Amino acid sequence: MKILEINHMKKSFDKLEVIKDISLSVNEGEVLSIIGPSGSGKSTVLRCAAMLEKMNSGDLIYLGEYAAHNNTEGKSVYMAKKELRRFHKYYGLVFQNFNLFPHYTVLKNITDAPMTVDKVSKKEAEERAMVLLKKLGLEDKKEAYPYQLSGGQQQRVSIARALALQPKILFFDEPTSALDPELTGEVLKVIKELAKEKMTMIIVTHEMQFAKELSDRIIFMENGKIQEEGTPEQIFSTENTRVKDFIGKFAG
Amino acid sequence: MNIAVMFLELGKGFITTVEIFMLTLIFSLPLGLIISFGRMSKNCILRTITKFYISVMRGTPLMLQLIVVYFGPFYVFGLQLSRSYRFIAVILAFVLNYAAYFAEIYRSGIESMPKGQYEAAKVLGYTKGQTFFKIILPQVIKRVMPSITNETITLVKDTSLAFVLSIVEMFTTAKQIAASETTIMPLMVAGLFYYIFNLAVALGMELIERKLNYYR
Repeated sequence: MKILEINHMKKSFDKLEVIKDISLSVNEGEVLSIIGPSGSGKSTVLRCAAMLEKMNSGDLIYLGEYAAHNNTEGKSVYMAKKELRRFHKYYGLVFQNFNLFPHYTVLKNITDAPMTVDKVSKKEAEERAMVLLKKLGLEDKKEAYPYQLSGGQQQRVSIARALALQPKILFFDEPTSALDPELTGEVLKVIKELAKEKMTMIIVTHEMQFAKELSDRIIFMENGKIQEEGTPEQIFSTENTRVKDFIGKFAG
Repeated sequence: MNIAVMFLELGKGFITTVEIFMLTLIFSLPLGLIISFGRMSKNCILRTITKFYISVMRGTPLMLQLIVVYFGPFYVFGLQLSRSYRFIAVILAFVLNYAAYFAEIYRSGIESMPKGQYEAAKVLGYTKGQTFFKIILPQVIKRVMPSITNETITLVKDTSLAFVLSIVEMFTTAKQIAASETTIMPLMVAGLFYYIFNLAVALGMELIERKLNYYR
């Protein structure tokens, strides 16, 4: 089953065309990594999928339901605001710089959205949160405030926050780019754990080795286009010199 | 007049001072927030109106505003208002004036909030209202507390302007006694009252700031 489908996405900021016709889909339980140089539009694809940005053109489909579709003039038409709320349930987004709510404890960061948005009871929200915190090794931090945590811990909390809403797909927007190598490791471990549990994910990352190990499929993006797409084996043994060059730089 | 009587008289005026202070704060703090929404509105007309309102309120003397609010209804609409309107006029003018200042303080706080907080809330599915009241406003209050304290302290001293509409607050009383007794003693004592009042205000605000310091 396709969790997410994007058809012919185009996105410009003012005159600058950032995404030039991108189509991709993600099946249930699949892990898709998007790699590519900075400014290639990787994050914008995720931000459009998460509806933080509106695409100019293209379809956005979650579980077969259209959040936006191309009209006859080739412009994206989104569902009415009220209808769109429904789609927030389907996905979660983990930001590069966490964006935790600083005035809430770790526990409240995780429980507040389920309680406010999904009207889950406090008891159930806290039970869910404790299960997640335990899984992510943060049980003892539940009463802490974000500023008291390391970057890696903050990122793990933000993953828990996204998971608490039980999304069908989780987006990661360079989840380790703000972390040092040591902290990167602890976050990647958590994402690997999720992959093992067959969580559907799209990961925008610069961690090549990680993408290789974890992904079912990798997309290489440049200049707002998909230049290469395939299994990790295909991507890492490609004959495309540009992709080879890019990956080679990271392999060191 | 002995010191005890003088203190008693000033004390009576002081009650009026505190009344003006409290009522102004109670109404202008929320009104300021509403005005700041107008100031940041996407609606161009609303934004221009509030911008103009704020610039007039900040650009003309509060004393003049007091007079306009008091005499305005008569000159503009020919309304004959009872004497009790005086006190209402004072509160009204103070509220309208301070709300303009508070609006700009709120705006600075709201605009300083990182975009990521809005985005995180949006992705989690919060409505705009929920985002503002649960995520943004609590953080804004912490950010603007020092500026609010500043304005609040100024308000304590500004209450003395109520004399323009013959409201007998502490400073009016002090001047009357000073004139009839030909001594500046009552004015000095009034100054002491203001100072102590402001010490209390500053202390209270500091307590609130410290309470908000549970996170960074």
